[in-house]
Amino acid sequence: MAAPIIRVDNITKRYGMLTVLDGLSMEVMPGEKLALIGPSGSGKTTILRILMTLETISGGHIEVDGQQLYHMPRNGGLIDADERHLQKMREKIGMVFQHFNLFPHKCVLDNVTLAPMLTQGVAKAAAQKRAMELLDMVGLADKAGNMPAQLSGGQKQRVAIARALALSPRIMLFDEVTSALDPELVEEVLNVMRKLAAETDMTMLLVTHEMGFAHDFADRVLFFDRGKIVEEGRPDEIFSHPKQERTQTFLRKIIAAGHRV
Amino acid sequence: MTDWSGYIGLILQGALVTVQLTLMGSALAVVVAFAAGLGRVSRYMAVRAAATAYIEFFRGTSIFVQLFWVYFVLPFAGLTLSPLQAGVLALGLNVGAYGAEVVRGAVRAIGREQREACIALNLTRAQAMRHVILPQALPLMLPTFGNNAIELLKATAIVSLISLSDMTFQAQVVRAQTGSTLIPFATILVLYFLMALAISGAMRWLERRVTRGLDGVRT
Repeated sequence: MAAPIIRVDNITKRYGMLTVLDGLSMEVMPGEKLALIGPSGSGKTTILRILMTLETISGGHIEVDGQQLYHMPRNGGLIDADERHLQKMREKIGMVFQHFNLFPHKCVLDNVTLAPMLTQGVAKAAAQKRAMELLDMVGLADKAGNMPAQLSGGQKQRVAIARALALSPRIMLFDEVTSALDPELVEEVLNVMRKLAAETDMTMLLVTHEMGFAHDFADRVLFFDRGKIVEEGRPDEIFSHPKQERTQTFLRKIIAAGHRV
Repeated sequence: MTDWSGYIGLILQGALVTVQLTLMGSALAVVVAFAAGLGRVSRYMAVRAAATAYIEFFRGTSIFVQLFWVYFVLPFAGLTLSPLQAGVLALGLNVGAYGAEVVRGAVRAIGREQREACIALNLTRAQAMRHVILPQALPLMLPTFGNNAIELLKATAIVSLISLSDMTFQAQVVRAQTGSTLIPFATILVLYFLMALAISGAMRWLERRVTRGLDGVRT
């Protein structure tokens, strides 16, 4: 059996008195598709942000692809990672945000080519060729010259996915990527993600409130509550036969709110 | 009857000096504003402290006093400047201090989401600043930069105090020689106003240029 690509070991995250993650541990296998569900404030987005190094951690260790994320070896021990180490580790990880975070002053094509050209030294022509392939994959090749403000939310999010893919990360993090979309635009983004899951062996972690999608998409579902993983298992186990009371309560509420399972 | 053409010529010579001071002072102010403004958001404490000290000092003391220091006191430290150099330096440093806060504010206004996108795309801080933050912050700075440039234009009048023959200085010369206050001062009133109008127009043109595309229309 292969080694986990992500190993989270006893991570704690506090904001002052508030503990967001309370000794969280988890492992993710290469190529695994993981859905992180749970009430808001349960820490599921925080762990994604920690994996993208957008936060700092208050305690614990994370290993990505065999290397420490927030630490680096020095004289037989571990010290806090410096910016260069973080830079190297980030090459392995990409993220798509709830609010797309496209660069509004750059056209779609430039949004996708900027990072490969700057961080990987890819030549402009090669970066553009790859960007066009990715835009084609998300169905937006014809929008390459448009500015983000001219796109719908669903189109923006598909560009954001292409932009993250352009760096060829081994791990992709999706943070509530359909939550900011009008209902009729959700499906086009989910379709792109289905395609991605089918066509690549990328490891994907997905924070979502789309329970139906989580059910079909994920190999494993983690239910978060109050900074801990309360329950985990295959989608049919979690959604059809949740063991923990907190999971049952959460799923009942979600169904009552009209979300499909 | 006074022959005014010669006197008006004198004032126009002064106008040239005023324009020169405004352009060079503004150029220096922009450079200083970016250096100190970005220094204020540096991750290094020493850089932040230096930038803050500069800004507070030059905003907190009068430009009149600053000019006298630059022109009359610096020579004691071995640095003798021509009146024009001293004027440009004092104006640039003074207005640059205000500009620095404009730069800082605009950079801060570009939200967390853009910075996080840069981190997720593995840009360095410098790359993020240059390619993502500053291009978006610049349009926010321009209206206030326009104000600052006009303030600088009007502040140029104080250089007459270190014997630089700018427009105001020449107007006083004309007034002394002809005994008329109305004509020289009406002339420079109009000239200052026209110069300020030119600055406003130039800033509007710049603003249109740098905001291209941000409103969703690519031209």
